[in-house]
Amino acid sequence: MSDNSNSFVRHEMLSERAPPIGERGVLKWARENLFSSVFNTIMTIASVWVIYSIAVGAAPWFFNGVWNAKTTRECYEILDGVNGACFAVLQERFPQLIYGFKYPSTEYWRPNLATILLLVALAPVLFRRLPKGLLGFSVIYPFLAYWLIWGGTILIPTVAFVGCCIGVACYRKFSSGAFVTAIILGLFSAYLCWFLGGYLISWNNDFLSLKEVPSRDMGGFMLNLLLGTIAVSLSIPLGITLALGRQSNMPIIKWICVVFIEFIRGVPLITLLFVANVILAFFFPPETSIDLILRVIIMMTFFNSAYIAEVVRGGLAALPSGQYEAANSLGLDYSQSMRFIILPQALKISIPGIVNVSVGMLKDTTLVSIISMFDLVGMIRGPILSSTDWNGVYWELFGAAAAIFFVVCFTVSKYSQWLERQLETGKH
Amino acid sequence: MTDKLKLEVSDEIAIQIQSMNKWFGSFHVLRDIDLTVNRGERIVVCGPSGSGKSTLIRCVNALEEHQTGQIIVDGTELTSDIKNIDRIRSEVGMCFQHFNLFPHLSILENCTLAPIWVRKIPKKEAEETAMHFLEKVKIPEQADKYPGQLSGGQQQRVAIARSLCMRPRIMLFDEPTSALDPEMIKEVLDTMIELAEDGMTMICVTHEMGFARQVANRVIFMDEGQIVEQNEPEQFFNNPQSDRTKLFLSQILGH
Repeated sequence: MSDNSNSFVRHEMLSERAPPIGERGVLKWARENLFSSVFNTIMTIASVWVIYSIAVGAAPWFFNGVWNAKTTRECYEILDGVNGACFAVLQERFPQLIYGFKYPSTEYWRPNLATILLLVALAPVLFRRLPKGLLGFSVIYPFLAYWLIWGGTILIPTVAFVGCCIGVACYRKFSSGAFVTAIILGLFSAYLCWFLGGYLISWNNDFLSLKEVPSRDMGGFMLNLLLGTIAVSLSIPLGITLALGRQSNMPIIKWICVVFIEFIRGVPLITLLFVANVILAFFFPPETSIDLILRVIIMMTFFNSAYIAEVVRGGLAALPSGQYEAANSLGLDYSQSMRFIILPQALKISIPGIVNVSVGMLKDTTLVSIISMFDLVGMIRGPILSSTDWNGVYWELFGAAAAIFFVVCFTVSKYSQWLERQLETGKH
Repeated sequence: MTDKLKLEVSDEIAIQIQSMNKWFGSFHVLRDIDLTVNRGERIVVCGPSGSGKSTLIRCVNALEEHQTGQIIVDGTELTSDIKNIDRIRSEVGMCFQHFNLFPHLSILENCTLAPIWVRKIPKKEAEETAMHFLEKVKIPEQADKYPGQLSGGQQQRVAIARSLCMRPRIMLFDEPTSALDPEMIKEVLDTMIELAEDGMTMICVTHEMGFARQVANRVIFMDEGQIVEQNEPEQFFNNPQSDRTKLFLSQILGH
């Protein structure tokens, strides 16, 4: 009885100990990820060798690079037969790469300032911890940026802004009643304001006026950023609306959304851009000339919003129906349950998809080079490479373009990952 | 078995359902339902799965639409009129099998959202009400956490508190304990018993027969979309009349 080998009593609790050296830190990581099997070890060594050869091959080209020269010929003379890059083109043509070749160089400060202010305006939208008061600036920013980039009298954006404010105020005032009446009244009052404002502008055309820069003079990376930012920021609300419309119980709204989404998704972006460039002009009266940039922005917004609508629809479908039921059972109406319950969760699920589509859109802005707009790629392919001075400097120029886009897109992607972590609430 | 609650039932009618029928497509899920619930009544609905008991209480707050017959809640008839539906929903609280808390909002925000936006109560007052009810369900200390950080029983109690914050006159429970671990069922049932003691009108779909005996003043047995038997709990459990009820009771009380 007494020597029952199954019985055991611990009298002293064991204290915590560190794992063995091979089981922690770098050693553990390397063993698990690089040398976990014979095959893995061979692959690791092969990869290191490949990376090493590329680095060794590219390093002289990179480090021998010439930064000061006027032409390709001068570059080769300086290099004197040594393998090296001709980065001088980036320096000499820097303004063209960034602003295009027609934007007046005395006015470069304007797009620069607009870009800095863009970051300020985006900050409260992207980071919820910042004080809500800053959002006021985000609302004003589009109008301010228009004035800075395109110039002209400040009255134009001011009138546009005041018109929008009056329209929204009118809508708010009547929105407790009939929805459609409120929208029509809002639009009408805004239009009235713009109409009257038009007289004010034509009467005082020089009030606080910046030098006017027409749209066809925009170019370089500025154009990419301009198109990308506007198209993405307009297409997110439009995409959400389309996604909700597609779920609507009202057949007409539903079918309008379905047809729009399916049509736009079924057509290549480049086709839409040609439509914007050539065909769209036929549909407007002959004397009106809708700006080419505006037409391109409209097409890009449509294209991106169709994709975002499908991403958001995925997010909406991923929500359990219990969320809709709980919101309904508490007496929340449609717009309240969408705003507070459904969309915050659906959009959180959709973040990776929305960012994916939007980063793609930002890069696709380079397609405008095909409809003879001189964006970053258009500048490289057109004025720079075809000039006699910089004939044949492909690697440096396209490498620089790739680097610029990579920095922007990678930042956006990192932000979205951070945002996803911020919105995570379910973990213990 | 705990003591039977002795509670007053008023003569005022809270819910009146008259020859109500509902179909899912061509499937006749509720057939000629007649049911009158007085204010202060605690009704337990039981029956095999697929018998339409959840659908019945979901019709009461129009989560499901009925096709023929009448449902009158608090004197308002349920029609397809959105205004009526929203009004009734704000008077009728509901707890779900899977809690359906809003995972992106904190516990406190879960409880204050509807009072602030539907009842138009000032935020501070709504928060005080929410804390009052969270204390009532005994989890005020969790107010700033998120639903994902709570146990199932705690989540269900938050769901009850969330409904109570709207100050409903009627509460519906749709199998509130069937997704819970055995240990957590008691804490939720205790909360519901307390609610009954306060005189809340309740319709409860549940298989907790102990709860039915203790709290209910009427037990309804449903099968194939119709009310097969209803009676006081003592009579219902000790002396069931229909064969279907006897079979059902022998199966759930058999072990």
